[in-house]
Amino acid sequence: MKVVLADYGAGNLRSVCSAFARAGAEPVVSTDPEQIREASLTVIAGVGHVESARRGLAANRLDDAIAARAAAGRPVLGICVGMQLLFHESDEGGHGLGLLDGPVRRVRAPRVPHMGWNALELIGEPALLDGLDGADVYFAHSYAAEPTRDIATAEVDHGGRMVAAVESGPLAGVQFHPERSGSAGAHVLQNALNWAGQW
Amino acid sequence: MVKKRVIPCLDVAAGRVVKGVRFEGLRDVGDPIELATRYSELGADELVFLDITATIEGRGPILSLVERAAEELTIPFTVGGGVSGLEDARALLRAGADKVAVNRVAFEEPEILAALAAEFGSQAVVCAVDARAGEVVTHGGRNPRGRGAVDWSREAAKRGAGEILLTSIDADGTRAGYDLELTRAVAEAVEVPVVASGGAGEAAHLAGAFEAGAEAALIASIVHERPERLPELKAELKELGWNVRS
Repeated sequence: MKVVLADYGAGNLRSVCSAFARAGAEPVVSTDPEQIREASLTVIAGVGHVESARRGLAANRLDDAIAARAAAGRPVLGICVGMQLLFHESDEGGHGLGLLDGPVRRVRAPRVPHMGWNALELIGEPALLDGLDGADVYFAHSYAAEPTRDIATAEVDHGGRMVAAVESGPLAGVQFHPERSGSAGAHVLQNALNWAGQW
Repeated sequence: MVKKRVIPCLDVAAGRVVKGVRFEGLRDVGDPIELATRYSELGADELVFLDITATIEGRGPILSLVERAAEELTIPFTVGGGVSGLEDARALLRAGADKVAVNRVAFEEPEILAALAAEFGSQAVVCAVDARAGEVVTHGGRNPRGRGAVDWSREAAKRGAGEILLTSIDADGTRAGYDLELTRAVAEAVEVPVVASGGAGEAAHLAGAFEAGAEAALIASIVHERPERLPELKAELKELGWNVRS
């Protein structure tokens, strides 16, 4: 399956790329809106701030390409800041793509960043997290999306409950790093490829 | 809750893992990726690669190692050792390191912490603080800097470090346990996670560091000697009631 990782110039996508290759996909990193629109699955990953990520996407009109895909019912997966990017305004400053309703808030916990392995508590039967209830996955973030609609598919406990994943039609997001979450992470990416194949 | 982490640290020279005492009598103990993969399979929660020859030889070997590690590892890793400026740190993160550890350069040019955090996020920025008798030391412990480690850690976190890697030079290599007093003082002074380092010899030492408020504990010689010690340590920690990943 052709997986296209949106390149917005922040950080390094090598680890995400390799993880998708291990899962059996053919990942490419691209700044081309045409490729982003046409991919079997488009992935937004990377590090940094929502605002700089959004500006990076806009520089090559990848933001429009992602919105067009979503409107056409083609799957998009956001990882970490890529998940936050699907939402609205962020406490960190700036604004996401606004494809999902809700703000991005600073994590409220005794220790921030929320850094390390934490157990997923599933809500319902999410396609991307099938078989992963209670699985430990790796988090490294200081901000988290707070969806206003009922789209959370997993939470974690870190001095309070936090949304760890969402699914809403062709849009999915995970706040953790599947590419850095060992075999549980590989399982998530495998699920993501199966899910993407159904759209 | 987020689990307490156990983090093996690998010393790297010219692209190989080495072991020695205070940089003397270095002995080749293997390929970094092979060892890292082994530790990962045995339950390491993260890894640290410390480039102990960086300032002597330039960054070439470590950069290609970071690229390979980013491709092949499935757990997070930090790279540090001899990071001499913003460009150095940026190069390591751009090569695929999940986090970069800055030590002396952060102490001398603390604005580097904010610059890295702005570009890569705080979660990618580790401030390594080496201490002797509570005082910051640099250059592998040789240069005392006349400032308290607690005070400097507090400033580093405020400026953008997302984690403090706190090494007690006094305890390092002794296997007599971490400096718990220092660990507790720093963990109370900062909101970011603290990684205790220096002195690990047995599970009770790691438990002591967690009890003192550390989120993670670095281990080196005990696990290099016998990698199978890693899952044993985690099982022992679990028996002691600590929330660790199995």
